[in-house]
Parts: sequence; C-alpha cells; structure tokens
Amino acid sequence: MIKTKTVEVTVGLFVILGFAALFYLAMQVSNLSAFGISRMDGYSVTAHFENVGSLKVGAPVTIAGVRVGRVTAIGIDHKTQEAAVQLTISSEHNDIPLDTTASILTSGLLGEQYVGLEPGGDEKVLKEGDEIKLTQSALVLEKIISQVLFSKAAEGPGESPARK
Amino acid sequence: MDQTPVTEQREPVVQIRGLTFRRGARVIFDNVDLDIERGRITAIMGPSGTGKTTLLRLIGGQLRPDAGSIKVFGQEVGKLSRRELFELRKRIGMLFQSGALLTDLTVFDNVAFPLREHTGLPERMIRDLVLIKLEAVGLRGARGLMPSELSGGMARRVALARAIALDPMMILYDEPFTGQDPISMGTLAQLIHALNGTLSLTSVVVSHDVHETSLIADYIYVMSGGKLIGEGSPQTLAQSDSPWVRQFMDGLPDGPVPFHYPAPAYGDDLLSNDDA
Amino acid sequence: MLDAVQNLGRWALNILERAGRATLFLILTLRGLPPILARPLLVIQQMHAVGVRSLLIIVVSGLFVGMVLGLQGYNTLVDFGAEQTLGVMVALALVRELGPVISALLFAGRACSALTAEIGLMKATEQLSAMEMMATDPLSRVIAPRLLAGFLALPLLAAIFSAIGVLGGYFVGVGLLGVDDGAFWSQMQAKVDPDDIYNGIIKSVAFGFVTTWIAVFQGYDATPTSEGVSRATTYTVVHGSLAVLGLDFVLTSFMFGD
Repeated sequence: MIKTKTVEVTVGLFVILGFAALFYLAMQVSNLSAFGISRMDGYSVTAHFENVGSLKVGAPVTIAGVRVGRVTAIGIDHKTQEAAVQLTISSEHNDIPLDTTASILTSGLLGEQYVGLEPGGDEKVLKEGDEIKLTQSALVLEKIISQVLFSKAAEGPGESPARK
Repeated sequence: MDQTPVTEQREPVVQIRGLTFRRGARVIFDNVDLDIERGRITAIMGPSGTGKTTLLRLIGGQLRPDAGSIKVFGQEVGKLSRRELFELRKRIGMLFQSGALLTDLTVFDNVAFPLREHTGLPERMIRDLVLIKLEAVGLRGARGLMPSELSGGMARRVALARAIALDPMMILYDEPFTGQDPISMGTLAQLIHALNGTLSLTSVVVSHDVHETSLIADYIYVMSGGKLIGEGSPQTLAQSDSPWVRQFMDGLPDGPVPFHYPAPAYGDDLLSNDDA
Repeated sequence: MLDAVQNLGRWALNILERAGRATLFLILTLRGLPPILARPLLVIQQMHAVGVRSLLIIVVSGLFVGMVLGLQGYNTLVDFGAEQTLGVMVALALVRELGPVISALLFAGRACSALTAEIGLMKATEQLSAMEMMATDPLSRVIAPRLLAGFLALPLLAAIFSAIGVLGGYFVGVGLLGVDDGAFWSQMQAKVDPDDIYNGIIKSVAFGFVTTWIAVFQGYDATPTSEGVSRATTYTVVHGSLAVLGLDFVLTSFMFGD
C-alpha cells in the first residue's frame, strides 16, 4: 500500500502535467495566443471582390507576409453581385492607410488562399466599418488558361508553336 | 438457558414463515419455517448444495424470496427499500466463507472500513475501536499486514473483527470452519462462542461441520433438499432416530441422501449408444 | 434457415439485454456519485491507478508516434517542396486524431483491463457482497470513483500524448532532417486552430467515459470465476477499442463534416 501522501502528490503532478500539456498545445501548437477565431479583438473592414476563388472564413490577412488579421465573413453584396468579404484586423495594427489594396493570393503552388494587404500612402487610416476600395480578385486557373488560349488563337492558327 | 424451541415471551430475531425460493427451475427452499432466538447460537446444517448460504443472503436481503416472509428484527426484509435495508444491515454482521477482506486495504483499514463508512468518528477514536476489535480476535499485532499475507484462519478472524466493528446485534457466519486446520477451527469456534456471550449477540452459523458446530450451537436446524428434516438441541439431534438426521450427523455415505447423482439404470446406461 | 434467423434473433436480444443492463448500471452508479464527491481521496487514489500508472506508456508511445510522423511526413512532403508544413501535418494528425485515439486505445489496454480484472476479482472473492452486507453500496464506493477517475484521466493523458508527440516530430523534423525551425512552428501555429484542440479534448473526454464505463461494467457483470474474469478483461479491451474507433468516426463526422 502506497502512502496516501505519495498518491496525492503524484496525482497532483499528473494533473499539473496534463494541464501543462493542454496549455502548451493551445499556446505553442495552435494560434490561440495570437488570434482566437471568434473572440478576436480588433476592427472589421469590408472589401468587395469580383471573385474570391477558394478563400475561406478564417483565412489569414497579411501585410508584407505578416499576419495582421483574419477573414471573418464572406457573403454576396446584392447591389453589385460581388463577393463581400469582412476582414477583422487586430487592433494593434491601427495605422493601415485608407487606400490600401487587398488582393487574394495563394501561398505556394497548392497552398491555401489568403488576403494580402498592400498599404498605400494615404494619411487617413482604416477604421471599424470602412471599406477597402482597391481590390484584386483571386486568380482562377481556368480563366488564366482560357485567356492564354484566346490570345494564342488571336495570333492565328498556323503559327501556334503548340502544334507541330 | 432455556432449551425449548419456541418460548412465547421472546420474539425471535429472525422469523421465517413459508419461505420458498427458486433458482431457475431448481427449488432451493420449499415452504420452510424457521426461528432464530435472541441471544443464542443457532446452527443451520446440511449437506453442501442445500442452499445454506442462500438462506443467509435471504436474511441479509441480498436476495428476495419467491414466496413467504422473512422478518428480521420484526421488519419484513423482502419489502424494505434500499435505504431501510442498509439501516437494517448496520445491525447485522456477516462473516463470509472466504473472509472477503478488501484486498487493497490493510488489516487495520479493513476493520476500520465500516466505521469510516458509517460513523463520522474522528480518526483517533476509530483507531481505538479498531484496536479493541482486533484485540478481541487476538490479531492486534497483525494490523499492518495486507490480507494476502494472512493465513486462512487469520483472514477469517480479521473478517470477524470487521463484522463486529459496528457492534451489531446479530452475526451471520457462512461456513466458518470450512478449510481450516484443527487449531484454527478450535480458535474460531471458541471465538464465536465467546463473542456471542460477551457482546450479547445472536449468532447464526451455517455449516456442515457436525462436530465443531455441535460444540457451540444452542439449537440446530438440519436441512436437505430444500426442506427442514430435523431440529433440536445438539443432544436431541445426536439421539434422533430419523434416518436423514442420522445420515448427516454420522456422516454415512449413502442413505436418504443418495450417493449417486440421479441417473438412468446403470446397466441400461452402459448398453445404450447415447453420446456422453 | 429458421435456425439462422432464430440465432440472429437471440443474438440481437442478448445484445439489447446487455445494453439495457449496462445503462441501468450506469444510472445507478451516477446516482451513487454525489457522496463520492465529498471524499475526493477515493477519486485521487483511482486517478493514481489509472492515470499516473499509464503515464509511462503514454509518454513513450507519444514520443515514438510523433517521431514516426515526422519521418513519414518529411519523406512525403519533401517531394512537393512543402517540408515546411511538416509541423502542421504532425500537429494536426496528433491533436485531431492520433492523440485522442491512440491514448484511448492504450488506456483501454493498460488501465481499463486492470480495472475490469480488479472489480471482477472483488466480485469473485465476495468483496462486493461483503460491502453490501456492511451497508455500503459498492456502486457508489467502488465503481463511481473509478468511473470518474477514468473520465478525468484520459483527456489529460491524451493532451500529454499530443504534446510529447509534437516534440517528437520536432526532434526528427528539425533536429535530424533539417526542416527550418521557424517554419515548423509558424506554419503549425498558422494552420492549427484552437477548435482543433477543443475537438480533440471533446473526443478524449468521450473516449475516457466510454472505455471506463465498459471496463467497470464488464468487471461488475463478470461471471465470478477466474475464467469469467479473464473473459471480461478480454471483452473490455476488445469492446473498448472498437467503441473508441467507432465513436471516433461518428465524432469526426460531426466535427469536420460541417
């Protein structure tokens, strides 16, 4: 029979270890420390895109490759029939110029799509509820291919290097 | 002490009337009447497999009868709620055949178990009580041992100390002598007798050990095949001329209780082509 | 033909009857739980038995699983030039699936089998009966603290397994194979969501509950002979493992099926 005290101490250590592991997972492995997905404090701005491609809610919003926020909603603006994307930007980045350009980019060849912000030179900065006017839609692979094919077709069928 | 079976002025501690109990198709008890008088050691004897242990479980309320009534301390056991049954059991100690000590607790903690579960006593007092009970069974020195370190006889004595921990009014002994060497058999018989007197208990001993039981019992019921086949004081039974009682008391291999398990005629069986 | 149908029917009835008994057993045990909460020492002793004593196997297995994930993941990802995402792969695999599932399987084999054997033997040696005769409800005194301890211990074990596994993957990926240290962590942090961790915890809570329930029920329901106890112990491991894997599919489809 092990002494009661030993049992209590080892169980105490076990519980501490378990919670330390959980804490470690939450802090180091996931991004809870940087951005909680729902309880993120920050301000929201919207941006309209012709096409969002495969952008998902929760995708990162970056400036110069550094994450500053997240996509928190994607919907349709019924006036323009364009995609309306809500971006929530962490409140520490409160100095983003109003004439910033938002582009939907892809990380790597097979990677996930994210929103890249390219700051402009305006003195006024983005605030809660503002809209980013300058946007660039996602590149859709099929569209690029068809553009290439059309331009080739316009050059004339005989000279296409693709056919021998 | 009065040796007549029923005395009008004393209400029996356990009163069983018309008890019938079946296990599947097998009838274990068939309309049994039985009284256990206060302050006495009553033995219930019979060959193995006659449901003596089952009788103790019925008295303790672990099983419910199919018919008939079992009154313990005037309460109808089969009709008690769980809570009432637990209250009743605090007044009954039971010594199991194997001792049934809790194997993960020391001797001390085993005896302390019922005290810690049911009394809010401070640890200091529990210690004193446990030592008193262990002293009564002569095992105060063994309090730090684990049940696996005890001999069979010692384990039963510890279990006895645990059974009397809550100062019950009645103790049920399930085959206390089985598998014991002569010395511990004698010790146990001595203890059962002494405790019954000093703690003014009522004891019920279930056993098939004729000799030891006859020495300590005040009154004996002999059972076989689900029925009572004899009752009386040890002296009366020793002189009984019932063939059933004779066979049991004298340990004869064949008699009313047959040596052979029921089977078709021997000759027919050898000649038949039945498998197994 | 009729025989086959009859056998099927008997089998189904048997299962139903057992499920009914297991449910009733659970309800009675939960009813016996409140008095135990006032005596935390009983639960702590069981936490020691099922949790602390499983720690070694959990830590060692977690380390190796993480290291294997690191090796396998690296070899696959390097073909796409995506070895920086190794951290993501290791962490997601561990947090979402392997952590909860493997630790539950190990738990069923290590802790639950011991629980069943212990309770089965207590039954076979009349200890449970003796408790009942001492006016103590074994469901409350013996079963409830074990059920609670198993339920609490497994999520902690699973978290330890995942955390150690991530470190194992880091050791192999970054330490041995030369994946960029910063990329390993930053990619992981970018892609692993807190929801993944919550979901992993929910899974291991469910697994802990189900495996311990099976273990204590099998022990309590065992035929009180050495053969019966050994069979019950086998059932605990087999049924427990199957329940974990089946439940994992159901929970995963709820969590990630949108």
